[in-house]
Amino acid sequence: MIVLRQKPFAEILKMIQGYDRILVVGCNGCAGIYQVGGEKQAKVLGMLLEMATRLKGGAVEVKAMTTLRQCDRQIVATTLSPLVEDYEAILSMACGVGVQTLAEVFENMMIIPANDTQFIGMQDSESGTFYELCRACGECILFETAGICPMTRCAKGLLNGPCGGCVDGKCEVPVEVRDENGKVVQTIDQDCAWYLIYDRLKKAGRVDLFRKYRPPRNRAVSGSPRQL
Amino acid sequence: MGEAFSNLMKSIQAGQFVFTGELEPHKSTDLSEVLAWATTLKETGRIVAANVTDNPQSVCTMSSLVASYVVQRETGLETVYQLRTSDRNRLALTSDLLGAAILGLKNVLALTGDHIKKGDIVEALPVFDLDGTQLVELIHRMVYDGKDPAGNELHGPRPQLNIGAAGNPNFEPVEIEVLKLERKAEVGVDFIQTQVVFDVNTALHFLEAAKHINLPILIGVFPPRSYGQADYFSKYVPGVKVPPEFLEQFQRLRTIPDKTERRQRINEYNIEYFTDFIKEVKKQEACKGIHIMAVGYPEVVAPIIENV
Repeated sequence: MIVLRQKPFAEILKMIQGYDRILVVGCNGCAGIYQVGGEKQAKVLGMLLEMATRLKGGAVEVKAMTTLRQCDRQIVATTLSPLVEDYEAILSMACGVGVQTLAEVFENMMIIPANDTQFIGMQDSESGTFYELCRACGECILFETAGICPMTRCAKGLLNGPCGGCVDGKCEVPVEVRDENGKVVQTIDQDCAWYLIYDRLKKAGRVDLFRKYRPPRNRAVSGSPRQL
Repeated sequence: MGEAFSNLMKSIQAGQFVFTGELEPHKSTDLSEVLAWATTLKETGRIVAANVTDNPQSVCTMSSLVASYVVQRETGLETVYQLRTSDRNRLALTSDLLGAAILGLKNVLALTGDHIKKGDIVEALPVFDLDGTQLVELIHRMVYDGKDPAGNELHGPRPQLNIGAAGNPNFEPVEIEVLKLERKAEVGVDFIQTQVVFDVNTALHFLEAAKHINLPILIGVFPPRSYGQADYFSKYVPGVKVPPEFLEQFQRLRTIPDKTERRQRINEYNIEYFTDFIKEVKKQEACKGIHIMAVGYPEVVAPIIENV
């Protein structure tokens, strides 16, 4: 899933300045599942924008709605085409892909992102924590690494780890948890990915996969922009 | 084992027990301190080469390539040019290595390097296009095949570089470290210099575990000048274990009120401790030398070398 976080409200307010009629569009894909940009969140954000604008002595007309998936041109075009001409701007609550899909379909509209797209990850439903697990590098080596991605989970993205910074199975670089302004609010010791890989491969009787020398990656494979 | 281009590699291949030193350029355009230390190391007559650090702990300092060249030109001491992949992609690494060749550098230590976040410009992009093992392969290909990482031909005489890599005897479990060394051996490393070791048993265990790889290993030592330095290694340098009795001895010595006497006693203890340490590790077949990292501490470097 694509993990998102809503931008600071003040930043959203600043971006919508000058637009009197705004269509707030949530997405029932990743954003909806993680309750960052689904139907309910779109409605709440719409109301907050109306209230905030009114408090400043202005007025803004907001309609909030959602699409099934904002990363699908056809869905977006079918759902929103009848509506958009009544509005000056669309505030998208999807990921960066959704925002850009809207911008392509409605090229004469201002599309405003309400979220910062974070990473591809998984949520621990008990703690609510999101973990980054994949960098979409285009050359998956998870078979060789016991299902643990060193490109993502090793702070250096090493293919021949662990490095000397691994002590007692922990990485020399803690994970930095940041708030919506990018400020570090917590640092958490993380397991060394290569230490975990060794441990699992050893248990599976496949130390040969750990020992194997892995040549440099072909970075061109993950060079942006990509098409399939 | 590859061809010997450097005095360091020639000495190892000739069966000598070698000593290498360490030089640390600063965040400065001034190399005078480094050159003075290099001269001292050279004058011992036993330090065959000295490593020139490359942004150690990711703290940005003068280019190790340039500093290595200036040291060799000004003092005649051979250098081990340290090169990290944390700050350079394979184009930058190849360019620098071609430069190293024309500047007459003969040893390069291929390192991954600490993460940028450990250093003093933490907002920079951590590069890590390659890791240290892949850098060994890159250099090997330049030296022996005359090719760049993409297989393009290098023109002119091939670079004559002996390739070093790092080892960490403190790593637990040691079998992981040994598997890493096996990888480095596979891609053509010539010699290994290790992280600092204080505990002789740790060093012996590592040398025994790695002996089948048949790589010359230079064990890293760091005689500390004070309790503070020893304590720093114990607390802040990842994975370095300082034996409690060593720390306790330094704690006792720090209480000596007279500064001259205190220094004298610390020097004596260092000389005694590391002489015994080196005599022990020297008995191991895989141990071909010592990498002595006491920068600017001439009072102990020369006596230790003479004793062993």
